[in-house]
Amino acid sequence: MRPIRMADRGQAILSVHDLAVQFPGDQYVVQALEAVSIDLQAGRVLGVVGESGCGKSVTARAILRILDHPGRIVGGRVVLDPGKPDEIDVTALARNDPRLLDIRGGRIGLIFQEPMTALSSHYTVGNQIIESVRRHSKLSTSAARDQAIKLLRDVGIPRAELRIDAYPFQLSGGLRQRVGIALALAGDPDILIADEPTTALDVTTQAQILALLRRLQRQRGLALMLITHDMGVIAEMADDVAVMYLGRIVEYAPVMELFAAPRHPYTRALLRSVPTILAAPRQRLATIGGAVPHPARRPTGCTFHPRCTEIIPGLCANEQPAPIAPGHAGASCFRVERALQEAAS
Amino acid sequence: MTVLDVIGLKKHYPINAGILRREVGRVRAVDGVSFSIAEGETLALVGESGCGKTTVSRCIVRAMKPTAGEIRFKPEPGREVDLATLGRGDLRGLRKHLQMIFQDPYSALNPRMLVGDIIAEPMLVAGVDPAERRGRVLELLDLVGMPAAARTRFPHAFSGGQRQRIGIARALAMNPKLVIADEPVSALDVSVQAQIVNLLLDLQDRLHLSMLFVAHDLSVVRHISDRVAVMYVGRIVEIAPTSALYVAPRHPYTEALLAAVPKPDPKLRGEREIPTGEVADPAHPPPGCAFHPRCPYVEAIFRDTPPPLAEVAPGRWAACHRTEVLALKGVA
Repeated sequence: MRPIRMADRGQAILSVHDLAVQFPGDQYVVQALEAVSIDLQAGRVLGVVGESGCGKSVTARAILRILDHPGRIVGGRVVLDPGKPDEIDVTALARNDPRLLDIRGGRIGLIFQEPMTALSSHYTVGNQIIESVRRHSKLSTSAARDQAIKLLRDVGIPRAELRIDAYPFQLSGGLRQRVGIALALAGDPDILIADEPTTALDVTTQAQILALLRRLQRQRGLALMLITHDMGVIAEMADDVAVMYLGRIVEYAPVMELFAAPRHPYTRALLRSVPTILAAPRQRLATIGGAVPHPARRPTGCTFHPRCTEIIPGLCANEQPAPIAPGHAGASCFRVERALQEAAS
Repeated sequence: MTVLDVIGLKKHYPINAGILRREVGRVRAVDGVSFSIAEGETLALVGESGCGKTTVSRCIVRAMKPTAGEIRFKPEPGREVDLATLGRGDLRGLRKHLQMIFQDPYSALNPRMLVGDIIAEPMLVAGVDPAERRGRVLELLDLVGMPAAARTRFPHAFSGGQRQRIGIARALAMNPKLVIADEPVSALDVSVQAQIVNLLLDLQDRLHLSMLFVAHDLSVVRHISDRVAVMYVGRIVEIAPTSALYVAPRHPYTEALLAAVPKPDPKLRGEREIPTGEVADPAHPPPGCAFHPRCPYVEAIFRDTPPPLAEVAPGRWAACHRTEVLALKGVA
């Protein structure tokens, strides 16, 4: 085993460094994110995978500074265009800083699981896309309308020049998600965050939407952050993968490496527990004991240790393994650290 | 020996319009569905949203009354009833033989009842005496892998996976002849889903369960079921033993569904065909074969004549005009 440097392959256009997010409550504070570091690169797809409550959506929302109340960023940085003279630390901007409004939609587009989260049912599809186009450009209304029709065509909506005047509820789930994608692209962003974009869709529609996202990402050279709970979607789409568990990234690796040689015990267990369409009759699945703990009852030490079958006695339950350093691949696990040390000596 | 024979089941909803609310059309949610479930067998009913799979299961438990067709159920040896036409009183007596496992473990359990009482309730309804109920609750908790202490706690103390185990224990309380499971693992996280899939496999072995497994996830279905029926716009388009259906589908829709599932292996990326078009609207199904607008193998005849579900090999049925000449691709 060797450490892999991920930053070698290209300059990141968005870097998340040691991000920490908390949700303070009456009785306890939920540590939603802890020391999360990821890089988004132009033309590459980062898959973020994990079970519910692992912090994958919170990461997306923290990047855009749209955390639900009472969530707040308590540490770390989100840097747009890192290393460039005009780099911006998004976490340092005031809530009402106009640059924040330009970044949302103009630099970073967001696609939701349920497109109606982003769409209003009171306005036509066209109205909403035109509004976003004009917010991020100097186009006239009629030029923006042409641009909106072009966007709708680009996301594969048939008869776009008619559908532009439809209301979202007049469209099927698949078409609505295409509109959601067109809306996310309306400000011509170079980064796209898609939060479970196909989870609410049927399997044949999912295949179509994934193919569409892939095509748009390649054509426009977008940096795509794809959040999902589905290892199949990761295998189909991602270049790099971050596996999250209870607010931490436990493993970060190029996709081929992750599936061929997963390092973290959680990743290995997760991959084995996925039902497969290639299963033998009545084939049992490998399971992970227990359940994801309530975020208010975070285990001490490595947060995965109560469910881990490979714990090092006296260590994993008491101490926390180092987080994965920004720009690097690896696993946040004492076992993996030891194996690396032994291989090096 | 079959436990259940569904014959020509239909459930239509009228579309009313105008000042007199006259019927102007019909949503054919289920439009002539027939299948059987043998004793000890698990049959999966799969399809995309709106295909009618949940409506079929709801007709069988008589949460709704079918428009037409027969649902012949054999609760005990030598006894057969038609669930489609039974009245309320007769149905109540049959409930213990016919139980459901629900999708959402959070809304399926009464939050104000203790877990022990939830599991005992079907026995209470059936008039089992209290001492026997208590013993049986402990037995059931053990069967589904829950500690005995769980019986004195409320559902909120448990995770989604544990709640699903409680729901399964309740369904099995009266040794039902047939269990209907509607998407029982789709609301669960992957690691928990695996535990419940394994539990269902164990229960099938130990209790010789007969089960109708309604699901949209073809991966889970391959693990759990003995046979699979694929539905599209209110009809069964293919029915076959599980392995046969996955390895060599006989209906183009089955082929499209299998191709669409993302495989958890990045080396297989980009190999799949992507199905075109969208699921047809059951209020306005296309004439002829309902799949023809999306079918890559379509010929003119499909637009006029709907293909019947015909036996294409022993135990294999498909509703496709060209099934004999097509070499459809499955998954290994």
